[in-house]
Amino acid sequence: MSLKIEDNEVDIVIAALRPNLNTFLEAWRTFFSNFHLIIVKDPNLEEDLQIPPGFDHQVYTKSDMDRVLNGASINFSGHSCRYFGYLISRKKYIISVDDDCLPARDNSGVIVDAVTQHISNLQTPATPFFFNTLYDPYRQGADFVRGYPFSLRDGVECLLSCGLWLNIADYDAPTQIVKPSERNTRYVDAVMTVPLRAMMPLSGINIGFNREVLGPALVPGLRLVGEGKRRWETIEDIWSGMCAKVVCDHLGYGVKSGLPYVWRGVGSDTDNPMDSLKKEWEGVKLMEEIVPFFQSVKLPKTAVTAADCVIEISRMARENLASLNPVYAQAADTMEAWVNLWKVAGSDRL
Amino acid sequence: MAKESSSSIPCTPFLKDELDIVIPTIRNLDFLEMWRPFFQPYHLIIVQDGDPSKTINVPEGFDYELYNRNDINRILGPKAACISFKDSACRCFGYMVSKKKYIYTIDDDCFVAKDPTGKEINALEQHIKNLLTPATPHFFNTLYDPFRDGADFVRGYPFSLREGAQTAVSHGLWLNIPDYDAPTQLVKPRERNTRYVDAVLTIPKGTLFPMCGMNLAFDRELIGPAMYFGLMGDGQPIGRYDDMWAGWCTKVICDHLGLGIKTGLPYIWHSKASNPFVNLKKEYKGIFWQEELIPFFQSAVLSKECTTVQKCYIELSKQVREKLGKIDPYFTKLADAMVTWIEAWDDLNPPKGAAEVPNGPAKGK
Repeated sequence: MSLKIEDNEVDIVIAALRPNLNTFLEAWRTFFSNFHLIIVKDPNLEEDLQIPPGFDHQVYTKSDMDRVLNGASINFSGHSCRYFGYLISRKKYIISVDDDCLPARDNSGVIVDAVTQHISNLQTPATPFFFNTLYDPYRQGADFVRGYPFSLRDGVECLLSCGLWLNIADYDAPTQIVKPSERNTRYVDAVMTVPLRAMMPLSGINIGFNREVLGPALVPGLRLVGEGKRRWETIEDIWSGMCAKVVCDHLGYGVKSGLPYVWRGVGSDTDNPMDSLKKEWEGVKLMEEIVPFFQSVKLPKTAVTAADCVIEISRMARENLASLNPVYAQAADTMEAWVNLWKVAGSDRL
Repeated sequence: MAKESSSSIPCTPFLKDELDIVIPTIRNLDFLEMWRPFFQPYHLIIVQDGDPSKTINVPEGFDYELYNRNDINRILGPKAACISFKDSACRCFGYMVSKKKYIYTIDDDCFVAKDPTGKEINALEQHIKNLLTPATPHFFNTLYDPFRDGADFVRGYPFSLREGAQTAVSHGLWLNIPDYDAPTQLVKPRERNTRYVDAVLTIPKGTLFPMCGMNLAFDRELIGPAMYFGLMGDGQPIGRYDDMWAGWCTKVICDHLGLGIKTGLPYIWHSKASNPFVNLKKEYKGIFWQEELIPFFQSAVLSKECTTVQKCYIELSKQVREKLGKIDPYFTKLADAMVTWIEAWDDLNPPKGAAEVPNGPAKGK
């Protein structure tokens, strides 16, 4: 049941939070060269972007966002600018990597083509209904193990591929403070499906997804009051990841986690995390409410698309969470605005 | 924890007096020679399957007790009917007679594997680490086991869930001959598992998995009574589903009691590929039956009153009788055997302070 994804069905979305993309793009050149790049400039970034020649790309800036938004209240600043890229793309698949990540090397020292790995993850089925102890059964040299029901071996389409990071792992601020020199050096050679109903924190640093089906669910909903530029000062991706997982579970699709790795380190969150702790702490507290909320979300049978699901989730968020913290009401509003915008963006050239 | 020297002989055998190694065998125990540096400090419980008149040679220097079919019959009396004959499922007798807190069970065709650096893997040590650190069944950590050196919980992992749950089971994997079913073996006779995945992870709550008994450790005090390996082998319509059955029951009960199950490291080297045609005969019914078994286990709900493993297991046996009995009379027999197992477990493992059980085991040195 594996699909074949062509290069021209994929856009690579880069959120430019820093102006100089030379190092980043040169490092990825071999792997990006066959693809169209959507480079979205953080609306708060003043300087012009520096982009090396030879890339098929389009840059989007604040003025594009204003034009498309046409008054809708969605904040695309900081890390959330990438969602504009997801929206504006016309391709079926998106791959997105943070601009402070370079290609990693595997255990044999070979440079990892993260793009091809994400595509492979999206092309082969996911297996959310039963855990395979040899991980992804579709990988070369692996298969379903004894005891895996045959009726479940077709799997389901994988809509979201969550990659990982070597070197600076995606930790929150408290963990960074406690372990300032810890680096992730463990290359785990596995891709696996995150089982049905299991919740996970999506890190937006390195992902690939099926925009056509899942796009509306990757929503820039939750902004921390003090959201900042460092990854640990945001949880926008955590929130959208939970939405995406709930939507996939409901619609019968899969989410994979594991390979590919990227090397995270160039200009990453290496500043003093103490400064961020004040901002981050808000996010840490919110997770205590967010997780039980998503674990309890039950979507009606009538929700048959990602957009339907997101509207339902926004309604439930408003009902169950808004009284706890104003950010949730804001998230609910943003989710609705996002779905409406998606309907327009999906159907028309803007 | 102590780091190993290059000769890989452990400096400190952890839990030496709290762990038994249970080995089912029908042929010989030559494989123990390779494991000697790692296993010698521990007590072995050998469950001899097949012809009890055959003498199984145990290599010198191991501290062990050995049970053959005569011993099983003598110790359990009529309840011995719940212990399989001519199938490695008989190993669960070893769990029952053990007096230790932890069990490690391994097949006699499993050898010491090497990690990618060429270093020999101390599988037992890794299992112990897995059991002594918490599991995280309530929320998936994308960096796998956060309690491993060099890892942690990722951004977004709720702090209130970071204590984790007690780990009841540590499920290890195998390099070389993978644990495939017969159809897959027939289609891919040459496939070997060469991929060393350097991860331990918790299987999320609510998710079932196929548990393999080749390289398995568990906390007997936390989950022992759920580790019944069913009715297999001689006189039974099915084989090679013993560990599967135990795994599904165990997972449902662990989920209910808030315990965790880990899978991944350690790897052992599985050397022997069993005959796929023989396997197909054994598994045949299982392949069809598991299509009904999986939905059964996925939807199994245990009542709040099931506060101990035994109570959970008895309740599960009732559901097996009720819902699976109609698939085949085998399941009614199995439900009976599940009850017998618990009765036998409680006989051999009375609450502390109760009288000693007569007909004690045959010890060997």
